Amino acid sequence: MSSDTSSAKVIGDVEGVSLYDVDNPAPYIEAPRKRTGKTPRSTRGNFEMVAWLFMRLSGIVLVVLVIGHLLIQLVLDGGVSKIGFAFVAGRWASPFWQVWDLLMLWLAMLHGANGLRTVINDYAERANTRLWLKGLLYTATVFTILLGTLVIFTFDPNIR
Amino acid sequence: MATPTLDKMEEAAAASPYITVTFRIRRFNPEISDESQWQDFQIEIDPKERVLDGLHKIKWDLDGTLTFRRSCAHGICGSDAMRINGKNRLACKTLIKDINPEKPITVEAIKGLTVMKDLVVDMEPFFQAYRDVMPFLVTKGNEPTRERLQSAEDRERFDDTTKCILCAACTSSCPVFWNDGQYFGPAAIVNAHRFIFDSRDEAGEQRLEILNDKDGVWRCRTTFNCTDACPRGIEVTKAIQEVKRALITRRF
Repeated sequence: MSSDTSSAKVIGDVEGVSLYDVDNPAPYIEAPRKRTGKTPRSTRGNFEMVAWLFMRLSGIVLVVLVIGHLLIQLVLDGGVSKIGFAFVAGRWASPFWQVWDLLMLWLAMLHGANGLRTVINDYAERANTRLWLKGLLYTATVFTILLGTLVIFTFDPNIR
Repeated sequence: MATPTLDKMEEAAAASPYITVTFRIRRFNPEISDESQWQDFQIEIDPKERVLDGLHKIKWDLDGTLTFRRSCAHGICGSDAMRINGKNRLACKTLIKDINPEKPITVEAIKGLTVMKDLVVDMEPFFQAYRDVMPFLVTKGNEPTRERLQSAEDRERFDDTTKCILCAACTSSCPVFWNDGQYFGPAAIVNAHRFIFDSRDEAGEQRLEILNDKDGVWRCRTTFNCTDACPRGIEVTKAIQEVKRALITRRF
């Protein structure tokens, strides 16, 4: 194949000027990751179904949790100006709010991570890109969940 | 859309039914260039004719190298699905007057499949997905000596999905399929649905297991592109949702 690619070609151009001819056709513009007879069968069982169901169910629960959270934090009783160390310490003294925040942390992180996993699966074309993006995603998710859980359980209001 | 009113159309038809229409066709010929490009054709055509008639006029009178598939030309064989004015349609079921002939009519190959030449794509990955869902009747035991009977209600259950003509308009309108051809695509799921909900068939469980795969129904994002594209009016997204529901309810 010649290295000359500068001159623009017009369909129906006379022979001899073009890079490609009958014996030397241009490569087809292939569709990404197309299905073939050898497309591997997955052995992951029900994971995709569980993930799909989890998205719906956690979404419903999150609507309640997040709207409640936003109301308490930003609207009711003086709004955002009341938030301080004392306010957080006071709330986390009650196991109810501990459970609320813990549940919200886990559900929101897993819900968001699963959504991003879907986006990566849909849009990252190269196997390597997917691997790295998903690796980054899972690392960030696990780190945030563990750190948040640690803080909720070991929170000490008398810290100096 | 500035479609002329009926009165005006009739007046014009009395004089001459023909109008000048520009067809803007996306051409690709690997024997000339590795890039596709748009080419304009001006033709005289009756607005009551179809896009396919326009393509015929171009191929027969203007440029014989224009390549496209068509077989029956009456909306049954499913050969001539193409992207007309940015929407997947059958060229033989799309009237010129319905797609605003004042502006150039763009015609290109369906997306997500390898273009071989002009409007012809490699349908093999599409048919591979179709074969993978086992689109045939599977039964156990001895073959009955008479036909397999079925009640009208049982037949009604999957009536919608029997209408599929495998034109690939739905699959090649699906954004998930554009980015990842490993997804089964709406057409394969529709044809699995046709047998999963057939009371005479006994491999529904097996087909559901195939579609429970990571490239199966759970990749559907319910964008409804497939339902909009289907030239047979099949409620494709609804069929996919019914397969999802069957997958969930058989377990829980």
